[in-house]
Amino acid sequence: MMTTEIKKLNTLLEVKDLCKHYPIRKGLLSRVSGYVYAVDGISFTINEGETLGLVGESGCGKSTVGRTILKLIEPTRGEIIWRGERIDELSRSQMRPYRKQIQAVFQDPYSSLNPRMRSADIVSEPLRNYESLSKIEGRERVAALFERVGLRPDQMLRFPHEFSGGQRQRLGIARALSVQPKLIMLDEPVSALDVSVQAQVINLLEELQHEFKVSYLFVAHDLAVVKHISHRVAVMYLGRIVELAPTKELFARPSHPYTEALLSAVPVPDPKYQRKQIVLGGDVPSPINRPAGCHFHTRCPYVQERCKVEEPRLEEITPGHSVACHFKLNK
Amino acid sequence: MNTPIFSSVSSQFSISYWWSLARVRIPALYQRYPFAVLGAFILLVMIFIALFAPFLGTVDPQAVTPLNRLKQPSSEFWFGTDALGRDVYSRVMYGARVSLIVGISVALLSTLIGLAIGLITGFVRAVDAVVMRIMDGLMSIPSILLAIALMALTKASIQNVIIAITLAEIPRVVRLVRSLVLTLREQPYVEAATASGTPLMKTLIRHILPNTMAPLLVQATYICASAMITEAILSFIGAGTPPNIPSWGNIMAESRSLFQLAGYLILFPAIFLSITVLAVNYLGDGLRDALDPRLSRRM
Amino acid sequence: MSEHSQYSGQVVLEVNDLRTYFYTRDGVVRSVDGISFSVRQGETLAIVGESGCGKSVTSLSILRLIASPPGKIVSGSIKFHEKDLLHLSDDEMRNIRGDKISMIFQEPMTSLNPVLTVGQQIGEVLELHRGCSKEEARSRALEMLKLVNIPEPENRIDSYPHQLSGGMRQRIMIAMALACDPEILIADEPTTALDVTIQAQILNLIRGLRDRTRAAIILITHDLGVVAEMAQRVVVMYAGRKVEEADVFDLFERPLHPYTLGLLNSMPRLDDDSQKRLTEIPGMVPSLRTEIIGCAFAPRCPSASARCQTDSPILQDIGNHHWVACWHPNEISRINNG
Repeated sequence: MMTTEIKKLNTLLEVKDLCKHYPIRKGLLSRVSGYVYAVDGISFTINEGETLGLVGESGCGKSTVGRTILKLIEPTRGEIIWRGERIDELSRSQMRPYRKQIQAVFQDPYSSLNPRMRSADIVSEPLRNYESLSKIEGRERVAALFERVGLRPDQMLRFPHEFSGGQRQRLGIARALSVQPKLIMLDEPVSALDVSVQAQVINLLEELQHEFKVSYLFVAHDLAVVKHISHRVAVMYLGRIVELAPTKELFARPSHPYTEALLSAVPVPDPKYQRKQIVLGGDVPSPINRPAGCHFHTRCPYVQERCKVEEPRLEEITPGHSVACHFKLNK
Repeated sequence: MNTPIFSSVSSQFSISYWWSLARVRIPALYQRYPFAVLGAFILLVMIFIALFAPFLGTVDPQAVTPLNRLKQPSSEFWFGTDALGRDVYSRVMYGARVSLIVGISVALLSTLIGLAIGLITGFVRAVDAVVMRIMDGLMSIPSILLAIALMALTKASIQNVIIAITLAEIPRVVRLVRSLVLTLREQPYVEAATASGTPLMKTLIRHILPNTMAPLLVQATYICASAMITEAILSFIGAGTPPNIPSWGNIMAESRSLFQLAGYLILFPAIFLSITVLAVNYLGDGLRDALDPRLSRRM
Repeated sequence: MSEHSQYSGQVVLEVNDLRTYFYTRDGVVRSVDGISFSVRQGETLAIVGESGCGKSVTSLSILRLIASPPGKIVSGSIKFHEKDLLHLSDDEMRNIRGDKISMIFQEPMTSLNPVLTVGQQIGEVLELHRGCSKEEARSRALEMLKLVNIPEPENRIDSYPHQLSGGMRQRIMIAMALACDPEILIADEPTTALDVTIQAQILNLIRGLRDRTRAAIILITHDLGVVAEMAQRVVVMYAGRKVEEADVFDLFERPLHPYTLGLLNSMPRLDDDSQKRLTEIPGMVPSLRTEIIGCAFAPRCPSASARCQTDSPILQDIGNHHWVACWHPNEISRINNG
């Protein structure tokens, strides 16, 4: 995709230098002894109708980014700009009109639905928050939503515990769709599902994107799923984006050593598949005590002196493809 | 209109939820929880006794007949008579009223008040710090002593007994509700409600409140049992129900010194009290297991 | 890949028609409903399937770790060197666990004792089965830590589990399992709870250890990628039964059972750039509470016929050590299909 084409599309969300630092309080007086740098300077954009995949391993901060965009978590610093307006400093009640446009689907299909509410009431909650509907209208809208996500309307009266995991996730998707948002943040939406059910939900998400022109921020750790559904992908490590590129480009020509290692670590279901095996040593450092300079330098197979001292910036190497590394691969 | 699409009231209080659960579970209920069903049955019997005491072959429980003093249990006086010639059977039957009224009232009041306080402290941090210190202070005094102290400040009457015991039981409910609220606040579905644009108050009522019902119900049954015993203790030491109104506690109190002579005077009220408290406890245990197997500690 | 031809080794474990049921208040759950397979010395057998297919219960049944009640190994035999494990006494079984057959679990945090150091836990296995003294056990534990590539083993040996990362804890579990040089190592979803890069480390470790121990490995997993990387032979399970068994290359090239084919086609893959729509397997896994008549997969199968609803398919030998339980196995290979 050419840079000019990218700019022609409407930019829905622009995130600049987003940070979330959790203070660690110790001692009798709860003094702050350090911070958990969960998110440390994230910038990206999401355009209309596209899916941005956000990948990384546990502790990289991707879930925190997703929640912070929705203001479910208050950012420490940085700007969140929704269709030209800054929302990062809004209060809960000021955020309400924006929540109609930015919705979420959560990871755990078991605990993201109130167990004591009927499925129809769960799915219609966003709708009822923003529109006045008569009971009949409400039932019709919910029935239509149910059908759209592949559930039978005669199940509207049931409680979450009467549905399977895959069906509950569909309920979560129906709930997010009910107000026709422009962006849906999906936090590991298929991780808790069986493989055979994952495909159903992934296909559903793709269809819905085509039909409703909705954008997705797809947060996940499963690279194969992200590759399948995303138009662009951002790779995170210890609170920072290390590489951001269109999907094909990222997977064919990864430029950051971490991306390269990540790709080579994913098991491929083909015993004859050959590739360069890069096994990273060591463990992921703690987000409290991060290595100086480039956070990845302690595990990087190509580490040099400069990496231990100087923190690399996210720079564009080809249009649409940015990397945060002093010595990018595949130049 | 922002009410749920299907039957607003029942949805708000999850009555339909319980009913759907009950419909599935009632057939197997006796098999699974025989003691809880037994407890419920006994409790119902006691409630029946309390309501229909006048029709159960009783005489005026306060009628003094000195001629019949200290008669052993017989076909005429089923449970015998006390030092003033009053029929013990009638007094025990009428005594059920006091115990049940006190038990149920304290359970209801302390639960409602504790719920209100707990909800606020769970959500508003400033209030939390102050209120919890007060509650901790109250809880450091054994509830019986607290009740005695409160009773010492007023005259003896059933209302004051209820108020005193309620005040002593509130802190435990507040603790329970507060910890529930703190946990529930973090539940993904509460986060999802925020993401759906639900305002704070509505989130409280729609999502948090219904999920506190189950543990509260269980706690309420334990409070009922505890209140009945506390009332008996208060009456026993003379700080509870006024002596002319029979309660299981003060029947035993009056006959304290006579128990070697006329043990039946203590035996019958004690049996009734014990059985009722046991029944309520079994019911509570059964409810706890049925509603949420993870709940197992009494606060 | 291992040097020795996989079909030359001696059979160390033979499972025959194993059935493990759970008797619950809501009915009888037939978790494992007649599975048979064998494991040869030094080979890696993968048992793959989705959640609820019975693969974990199978591995627990081998070591007789099924909680009873409500579970019960209803019938079948598990022959370890001609001895039926199901007929051994509790003492005899205890001697085998950790010594001749050992197991590593999915969640290393909950499988390790939080109040004992890792050195003590590895040592415990040695003291129990080999009668080692504390000093001998400690030095052997140190050897094991080196074997599993724990950095600075002399310092780590006195660490507690909570001081170690997830990947290191899993290495400790592997060290404990291999301490007595077992003949069979059962690995139940050993890397599912780990990050991808750590998973790569652990799988690499297991591959490296394979040639240094004589242990046969039974690898339980739901991840076909892990199967492709690690296994020599594969058993595919569905609803408590075995539906296909083959050599790993054969399975991926010529999946014969519609379920296997469905699984392979429904997975998004890193090596596939076509961005085609994923093929779905419609429906859900059947409840194991009701007795399944006919083929368990029939309700979801694109090739199902009337016969599939009534007759339970039997395992057919297709040749080349490839078995499938299906009345209409796929004839076309996946490469032609995809």
